[in-house]
Amino acid sequence: MPALTPELELRTSPHLHTQRSVVSIMRNVVLALLPVCAYSVWLFGISALALIVTATASCLAAEHLFCRIASRESSIGDYSIAITGLLLGLTLPPAFPLWMTAVGGFVAVGLGKMLFGGLGFNAFNPALVGRAFLQAAFPVTISSYSPAMAEGRFHEFIPSTLTLPFLQAPILTEWTARVRVDAFSGATPLMLQKFDRVSTELGPLLLGQVSGSAGETSALLILLCGLYLIARNMMDWRIPCAMLMSAAVLSAAFHAADPTRYPSAAFMVFSGGLMLGAVFMASDMVASPVTPAGVWIYGGLMGTLTVLIRLKGGLPEGVMYAILLGNAASPLIDNLTQPRIYGAGGKARP
Amino acid sequence: MALLGLFNGKRLTRGVAVPEHKERTHKLPIRRMPFAPLLIVPLSQHAGAPAQAIVAEGQEVVRGEPIAKAGGFVSVPMHAPATGRVERIALAPNARGEMAPAIYIKPWPSASQEILYGAPQDIEHMTPGEIVSAVQDTGVVGLGGAAFPTHVKLKLPEGKTVDTVVVNGCECEPYLTTDHRVMVEQAGEVVHGARIAMKAIGAGRAIIGVEDNKPDAVEALDKAVAGVPNVTVESVATRYPQGAEKMLLKVLLQREVPSGGLPSDIGAAVFNVATLAQIGELLPLHQGLIERVVTITGSGVTKPGNYLTALGTPLRWVLEQAGCTADAAAVILGGPMMGPAISLLDVPLTKGVTGVLVLTRAEAGRPKRIYPCIRCGACVDVCPLHLNPSRLGMLARKGRFEEMQTDFHLNDCFECGCCSYVCPSNIPLVQQFRVAKQMNRERRARECPR
Repeated sequence: MPALTPELELRTSPHLHTQRSVVSIMRNVVLALLPVCAYSVWLFGISALALIVTATASCLAAEHLFCRIASRESSIGDYSIAITGLLLGLTLPPAFPLWMTAVGGFVAVGLGKMLFGGLGFNAFNPALVGRAFLQAAFPVTISSYSPAMAEGRFHEFIPSTLTLPFLQAPILTEWTARVRVDAFSGATPLMLQKFDRVSTELGPLLLGQVSGSAGETSALLILLCGLYLIARNMMDWRIPCAMLMSAAVLSAAFHAADPTRYPSAAFMVFSGGLMLGAVFMASDMVASPVTPAGVWIYGGLMGTLTVLIRLKGGLPEGVMYAILLGNAASPLIDNLTQPRIYGAGGKARP
Repeated sequence: MALLGLFNGKRLTRGVAVPEHKERTHKLPIRRMPFAPLLIVPLSQHAGAPAQAIVAEGQEVVRGEPIAKAGGFVSVPMHAPATGRVERIALAPNARGEMAPAIYIKPWPSASQEILYGAPQDIEHMTPGEIVSAVQDTGVVGLGGAAFPTHVKLKLPEGKTVDTVVVNGCECEPYLTTDHRVMVEQAGEVVHGARIAMKAIGAGRAIIGVEDNKPDAVEALDKAVAGVPNVTVESVATRYPQGAEKMLLKVLLQREVPSGGLPSDIGAAVFNVATLAQIGELLPLHQGLIERVVTITGSGVTKPGNYLTALGTPLRWVLEQAGCTADAAAVILGGPMMGPAISLLDVPLTKGVTGVLVLTRAEAGRPKRIYPCIRCGACVDVCPLHLNPSRLGMLARKGRFEEMQTDFHLNDCFECGCCSYVCPSNIPLVQQFRVAKQMNRERRARECPR
């Protein structure tokens, strides 16, 4: 018998490993976002397409560039930056000028992610950092919404989309009159509710045929995509669950106290960016706590803040700030909710 | 998953469901492996002080004869695994990559290999102290992998009492079927061993915990305990790492071993089924431990099985007998979750080796790229001790080893591997913890040299 001399590799245990990897998680989130993007394009036309593509491309370019500057291997292959790009696009109004979008993409990646050290180190959700920057920089443009299902949306851009760099976006009233969208006031359901006390029916909210940011309007579709991620074990279901539940409970309490002033819980949960934020942004693993108790507190905090900002604050929408504040509180929540370890408290007799 | 656990009776709530891979060997009866041409019996096959050789080079030994005496109370003697001649007493490689003293024995090909040593003893009339000393004489140590001398566990320190002997038949490591076959084929010895342990330790009852992926073992044990007072069999839902004694105690008795403590702190003692089977078999005859059942499996092996193997059999011989394929890439002693990979086939099988797992290149896979921690929390969700591996890993990267121990209970970690198993970033968490523990040990040794 010939001497047995296999080439052995030295490894450390465990020698088994799950198939679930960073790349597969990120790729699945991108996959789950694609239907939302597609539906957004169907609702808002080629302007939404250009918006999402620009946001994603600018984020990819920024990530690649910053990696080069830091002289390290480009990390665009791990799909995480594609999520940031898609989310940034989906949280902006469909007619948002493309040049502003690109600026937002660079800020999201540079300020929101690479400055902290890249994937895994960002304290805040990068897409929301980008959006918060745009909100501060272009407060009027970012609150100019265009109607869903406008005629000719697949043939022509909404005028503000193609605003030249460093110029103000045009006012959309003339265009909305031309595309004959009846009774469109340029307001989202949340704006209508807050400023005019007009409540929107649940049906359009679920199907997303209302005005709003490019990807936030169909609560039902977002929920389905989130369920896909949960089924594939690619998302922590507890965070969106806690956020939506706390928002529902709190707004139900407000509604019960004064039904004329405050909208119903269903309206609160299915309107605006809550569903998109809860499913795709609050659940961002990097900026959320890791402890079992912590994730519930974290989700609950964000849901509560969302409702409080919407009902008691000056802004009609509060999801973005609620999530950013939740992100900021995340390390603290982690520290305060360290689990009780096995065998702690018992006495080890010497 | 955690929700399901609430409705499921006795089971581990943390941990992971790992692919079992036991189907290749779990139905194969125990077979004897032929003697290797040269056996290497290390003097330290157990936790504690090494044994001291009592034979000389060139001396002829008979199978079962003591060849080394215990080097203290926390130590066990060694017995000749085969009739033959002591070739030399010299250093031999061990699984940790070190060289350690060993007795080389060349079995005689023509010898009958009968065990002529030993004399019947009447256990019923022995005192607990006599049983402890008789167990030490058998050289039996924890055969589940820890290799801690069994008699030490049977001798309780002053002031402690144990009410329950827990018999560990979980065998939660994938691939391994050693304990499974022992339970099926030697159920009587297991129960007898449990009775001896109860007597030595003064426990009123024994519970044999078996994972529910081994229904035939449960059946065999149920038959064996029929009519035996105070010994029961409990089937628990399969989940890794239930076979860790801390986990099994929590599942079976709802008691937690205090941090830094021992099972005796909570009135329990845990023994592996194979350990008790050996005690049940050897003690009445006053014989010594000279062989054990080893599962040899993995896709790199053509004749997998459960082999009764003489202690000291070199791995090379084991793999030749079991048929090692050309593309074998990793040889692991024990199970894939906790077993060390070895690089040298001259390492002998010792008392603590539960299995030999040979993975092919395809099965072992390439080393995966390590990504930064994305704080997904998967490791926190699976850690059976409720530690925070994510935080520990970050501290390890920064070299803050001391903080890992003082603030995050590093030393409670028993390296089950669940966190590394689930980590989507492929961070070698367990390895980082091993390094951190070692660094802490070295630092402490420097600060207070003995």
